[in-house]
Amino acid sequence: MFKHIIQGVTVVIALAAISGPAFGLSDAYKNNIYNPGELKPFDSVLKVKVGDPAPDFTLPAISGEKISLSQYKGKKNVVLSFVPAAWTPVCSDQWPGYNLAKSYFDENDAILLGITVDNLPTLYAWTNQMGKLWFPVLSDFWPHGAVADIYGVLRTSGVTERALFVVDKEGIIRYAHVADINKRPELGALVIEMKKLKGK
Amino acid sequence: MKKILISFTVALSFFILALPSCGQGSPPIEGGILPKISLPVPEDQGYKKYLGLKGDGTFLIPQIKAKVVLIEIFSMYCPHCQKDAPVVNDLFSKITGDDSLKNNIKLIGIGAGNSDFEVDFFRKTYGIKFPMFSDAEFSIHKILGEVRTPYFIAIKISPSGTHKVVYSKLGGVSNADEFLKTIKNLAGLK
Repeated sequence: MFKHIIQGVTVVIALAAISGPAFGLSDAYKNNIYNPGELKPFDSVLKVKVGDPAPDFTLPAISGEKISLSQYKGKKNVVLSFVPAAWTPVCSDQWPGYNLAKSYFDENDAILLGITVDNLPTLYAWTNQMGKLWFPVLSDFWPHGAVADIYGVLRTSGVTERALFVVDKEGIIRYAHVADINKRPELGALVIEMKKLKGK
Repeated sequence: MKKILISFTVALSFFILALPSCGQGSPPIEGGILPKISLPVPEDQGYKKYLGLKGDGTFLIPQIKAKVVLIEIFSMYCPHCQKDAPVVNDLFSKITGDDSLKNNIKLIGIGAGNSDFEVDFFRKTYGIKFPMFSDAEFSIHKILGEVRTPYFIAIKISPSGTHKVVYSKLGGVSNADEFLKTIKNLAGLK
């Protein structure tokens, strides 16, 4: 009996020591952020890889337009930023950073497309808290997560992974990164990948 | 039994060691003291001189040569911190432009969850002149109770080296003059 109690306590202590996702949260969202707690870091398998043509798609944007990946072919490099869900901790503090970092995208002749599986009204209300975003925000709501699924970043729960794809002007995937859903990918790493496109 | 006790001890040690990174902290309380926060001594000689530090390695915030240290917990990714940055710069200018304050109130920033690259980008974007430190793994942020950003803490340091938190609040600096007046009053500075 004593043995089982000690073993149980040991497991609980060890689990407690490694638990607890870390995130910062801007006061911009007040108390309106839903914290889902720590999630399984990865829950899908990529269906594309570096060197593949990026699957084309057309999605509605909160601006009212419809945006296709192919409209940038031959004109702009494209960074696709899939974030799991509106009004959640890590996601809410990811795009405001990219908003500030516009100069890095401009320097590398890149546009950013932000994508979630939330519907347009939700995305509209959420991104309004971030200030005026310079990049299109797209809804992959219906058919639910269809674009995320093509890329292999749709999780079984119906949200997406926290994923970044860099697509060059020829429409080829040059960088594919699925981050731990509980952590924000570091900006410097993305900037390095964008810089690699120069001269291509 | 011996093996069980060893594994128990190992797990307990792991837990205790991991406490600072497990969200065990709470926001500093006014009237209390700041938790131990170790920061790297800046390589930049200007920052080093500003903070009154010598040598290399790390330092604790109350070791900064000042009567009051104002700490901004910010994030490059935080819209309010972005909006607030010019006002915080104004606050810094008002402190450094006042002979009676420039050696007595020192300002530092800690970037919650921000890498060196991200802190440097934020600093360059807004032309921030006071020292800023990265907290890429949220370790300091956790010690400070995972406060939302921006969050300001002011500590008053006594000549003997002890200190007391005199200000600990969520929110930015909407008006540099009023904020400075508040900090001066709370710290008993003229």
